[in-house]
Amino acid sequence: MSKLKLKLSFDKDCVTKPVIYELVKKYDVMTNILSANIEYGNRGNMILEIKGKEENLSLTLEYFKSLNIKYEIYAEAILWDESKCINCGSCTAVCPTQALTMGKDDLLHFDKDKCVVCQLCINACPIRIISVEL
Amino acid sequence: MRTIAEINEKIKKGKAVVVTAEEVIDIVQEKSYKKAYETIDVVTTGTFGPMCSSGVFINFGHSNPPIRMQSILLNDVCAYGGLAAVDTYIGATEVSQKRGMEYGGGHVIEDLIAGKDIKLHALSSGTDCYPRKEILTTINKDNINQAYMFNPRNAYQNYPAATNSTNKTIYTYMGTLLPNYGNITYSTSGELSPLLNDPYLRTIGVGTRIFLGGGVGYVAWQGTQHKVDVERSANGIPLVHAATLAVIGDIKGMSTEYVRGAVFDKYGVTLFVGVGVPIPVLDEEMLKYVSVKNSEIYTKLVDKSGNVNIDKKYNYAELRSGTVKFNGKAVHTAPLSSLDVARKIACTLKEWINRGTFELTEKVADLPCESVVHPLEIREIK
Ligand code: SF4
Ligand code: SF4
Repeated sequence: MSKLKLKLSFDKDCVTKPVIYELVKKYDVMTNILSANIEYGNRGNMILEIKGKEENLSLTLEYFKSLNIKYEIYAEAILWDESKCINCGSCTAVCPTQALTMGKDDLLHFDKDKCVVCQLCINACPIRIISVEL
Repeated sequence: MRTIAEINEKIKKGKAVVVTAEEVIDIVQEKSYKKAYETIDVVTTGTFGPMCSSGVFINFGHSNPPIRMQSILLNDVCAYGGLAAVDTYIGATEVSQKRGMEYGGGHVIEDLIAGKDIKLHALSSGTDCYPRKEILTTINKDNINQAYMFNPRNAYQNYPAATNSTNKTIYTYMGTLLPNYGNITYSTSGELSPLLNDPYLRTIGVGTRIFLGGGVGYVAWQGTQHKVDVERSANGIPLVHAATLAVIGDIKGMSTEYVRGAVFDKYGVTLFVGVGVPIPVLDEEMLKYVSVKNSEIYTKLVDKSGNVNIDKKYNYAELRSGTVKFNGKAVHTAPLSSLDVARKIACTLKEWINRGTFELTEKVADLPCESVVHPLEIREIK
């Protein structure tokens, strides 16, 4: 079983298609929508985690291409340059999943598994040491 | 009663007992105030938070032929051109003319302290005695004459916690505030914070020697917006913004561990500054002040969108727990100032005093104990 985190960008035409349903049905992949931002009947984007057999994941990407859905593949989680961190905690103000938290030791703790790559922390960090690898 | 002179004698002999403002809390709990007072001479404090009202005076030295600099850019960030020929002041919040908010005065100051080369570009209209009209070169902390930090307002004694009542995210100097009271941010080192350990400024005044940015500095004056006549808890701790310090110190002794340029998203550039103040335990009253703990330090909650007047206060133990109750719901709280670095500052100051390299000073003058902060009226120009 492999897994991929993707950012999908759609335009008008594909917003109406039951993309997620097709993924499950046709390619037998599990989907987890991490965040979605779709302007009503217009365009939008979605951060999606898909899990399934390697070949099915490749087929899924082909499927996106055929629908003209643009995708970017994300790293598992954001990159946090720990050595430069001042442990101020500003990033924890916006993290929706508690992937970033202040520990009892007053240091920043990052739980990779909880990160949904929503990227809100990137601009919330005043020292600019969080980034995302595409 | 013990005097600062007596404490300094002990420091010279390596016999002074110095603890941090966190350590003193446990000691007082174990022993009585009386016993603890007999042993402890000095308590050290620290804070490391974003402090916008900060900047550095620089003298570049004269070029040949000389220039009277009028418009000055340091790494494309504008510095003040209204001083003598080669003097300037670079403020923390000025933003880059090329990179906008991603780089600014705060970063120039950090880079200067790091020893990096900084691009200097200055223009002048030229005079008989200063004929040069333009200069383009690089400077660093070793080839300029003076470079001293002078921060008009640092180390705020308490600060309201912030939230957002509107249905949109707002971007403030208190960080990113999520809609519908989605989070609460606060900025303090609480029980470690310098001015919360001496709420009536008995021992802190003009001339007090302090830790500033990793080096030695001094309290120069009252900070701007200094205010003492404010609402306080029974223990004397202000519930809102109160006293502030103007501080000064040579950047040549500073380190980027304690001075960092920073960006508040869609707000602007600022500077994290590390400040630590040693507090002499002159009597049992001072010991009471320095042993204040987070659960006894309250702050008000403010709606940063300015729409709602919230009547709510929290103590720092509650805020630091990560969630507080607001309107019956659990709201996530987040700090903006680094407790970890604040603790390092208090420990470093303690070490300096223990080593005998840092003695305490008597203040030369008190900071004002009465002061009013005026709003800015908009008047008609006649
Ligand atoms: S991207 Fe940042 S804010 Fe979003 S979940 Fe991951 S760590 Fe939290
Ligand atoms: S906001 Fe940036 S510097 Fe502050 S704790 Fe988070 S990652 Fe570290």
